[in-house]
Amino acid sequence: MSTNTKILTQEFEYFAPKTLEETLGLLCKYKDKNTKILAGGTDLLVKMKTINLNVDYLINIKDISELNFINTDGGLKIGAAVPLSHIERVGKVKEKYPALYEGIKSMAAIAIRNMATIPGNICNASPAGDTIPPLIVYSAELKLVSKRGERTVQVEDFITGVGKTIIKADELVTQVNIPEINNNSGSAFSKKSRVKADIAKINLAIWLERDGNFCKYCKIVLGSVFIKAVRAKKAEDLLREQIVNDDLFIKVAKKASEEIKPIDDVRSIAEYRTDLAQVMVEDSLKLAWGRAGGEL
Amino acid sequence: MKKIEIEFTINGKKRRLSVKPNDLLINIIRNDLFLTGSKYGCGIGECGACTVLLNGEPVLSCLTLAATVDGKEITTIEGLAIGDELHPMQKAFLKNGAVQCGFCTPGMILTATALLKENPNSTEDEIRDYMRGNLCRCTGYIQIVKAIKSCENNLETS
Ligand SMILES: Cc1cc2nc3c(=O)[nH]c(=O)nc-3n(C[C@H](O)[C@H](O)[C@H](O)COP(=O)(O)OP(=O)(O)OC[C@H]3O[C@@H](n4cnc5c(N)ncnc54)[C@H](O)[C@@H]3O)c2cc1C
Ligand code: FES
Ligand code: FES
Repeated sequence: MSTNTKILTQEFEYFAPKTLEETLGLLCKYKDKNTKILAGGTDLLVKMKTINLNVDYLINIKDISELNFINTDGGLKIGAAVPLSHIERVGKVKEKYPALYEGIKSMAAIAIRNMATIPGNICNASPAGDTIPPLIVYSAELKLVSKRGERTVQVEDFITGVGKTIIKADELVTQVNIPEINNNSGSAFSKKSRVKADIAKINLAIWLERDGNFCKYCKIVLGSVFIKAVRAKKAEDLLREQIVNDDLFIKVAKKASEEIKPIDDVRSIAEYRTDLAQVMVEDSLKLAWGRAGGEL
Repeated sequence: MKKIEIEFTINGKKRRLSVKPNDLLINIIRNDLFLTGSKYGCGIGECGACTVLLNGEPVLSCLTLAATVDGKEITTIEGLAIGDELHPMQKAFLKNGAVQCGFCTPGMILTATALLKENPNSTEDEIRDYMRGNLCRCTGYIQIVKAIKSCENNLETS
């Protein structure tokens, strides 16, 4: 089937609610229909154009002022209408959450980042989503709200597969909460793609907490190597509560590359991804350790 | 499909329009308002030819529903010059030979003005990084980077 991306052929009803209350009402009313939230539209509109994703009711949440906030007191709280470019300009994000900062900066280009949101990236649930590994290592959680009430879910538990999440049809992600980060910790993001603005062959985030020359705790999350971003738990086990040195980082990186189950696709073959993962994990471990004040 | 009444400012002028929910901003700008400076290239966010400024920030009009710009302010390439006086970035592109076929130029210039506002002292690497979503098939980018750089310097001295 040939696609005409110049126009949007399918017909739908459009809503631009100004309040959260109104939005939840619409979501509840149309929960049994093809109803979609429109945030930046950078995934949704592409899908509506190219794979004819069916939408009957579209709810634009970008003009809801209640969802347009960044709160930096005690961690980070980011509303669902905030574009990525506004997040990358917050000093605390760059300083305290460098993996998130680098992940966002690696995405597309400025015009897309002026439109796109974090909940859009997560709800789209691509295995290559660049905010996902950073948010998982920082133990970020999503606030899900509906007429029935609200709940919070870890980003790690939210995505279940390619394009699949645990969100219910009447629920809205209203914000992302990231806990405050300990001063003894360091983190890093890494992504390899064909050209800079491209989707990742592999992306990853690492976060570790240092106690002298011990690694007290760590999280290693890789994307684009499975149906969703995954933690390299065996590699994490090797590193936790250990005295850090070069050799250990090499072993941990090797373990992480053995744990993942990459596939062959247009972007890379599996074997290349495995080798690449090892190098990327090792480099990022060193970077994160240095950022935590550690020496090798 | 129910039509939607929207009101927005484009290049300083208030406009009221009745649009369909599935109308794309690029088509409204080009076909209804006859501002054909913004180009349709890929339609899927890859090329930047359709870039316009929305409340001062570059966005892609091929991935923007017209209905969503209600109450907002849009600038297209036609809105940069003041009367016959070209914007410094437009002059810099001309002076440096940064325009060949011109298809990428409107989006390129609008993105470049946003860069200058955000970071008036960017290095060549920073310029290339910021401009990475605007593709040019003709110039090889060297003259474009030079134009932006020269504009920076001019703005500093003026
Ligand atoms: C040219 C181009 C380059 C790209 N490059 C990258 C890249 O390098 N890395 C990367 O990770 N992604 C990339 N993307 C994908 C996309 O830009 C991101 O995934 C972006 O974060 C999506 O956010 P959005 O606000 O535009 O989502 P939308 O398209 O508005 O929404 C995406 C999905 O999430 C749902 N949704 C959105 N917000 C909510 C909410 N609050 N509650 C419930 N559901 C919601 C929508 O209904 C939809 O199903 C690229 C896209 C394009 C077009
Ligand atoms: S036409 Fe909009 S990005 Fe190519
Ligand atoms: S001048 Fe022809 S595409 Fe840039």
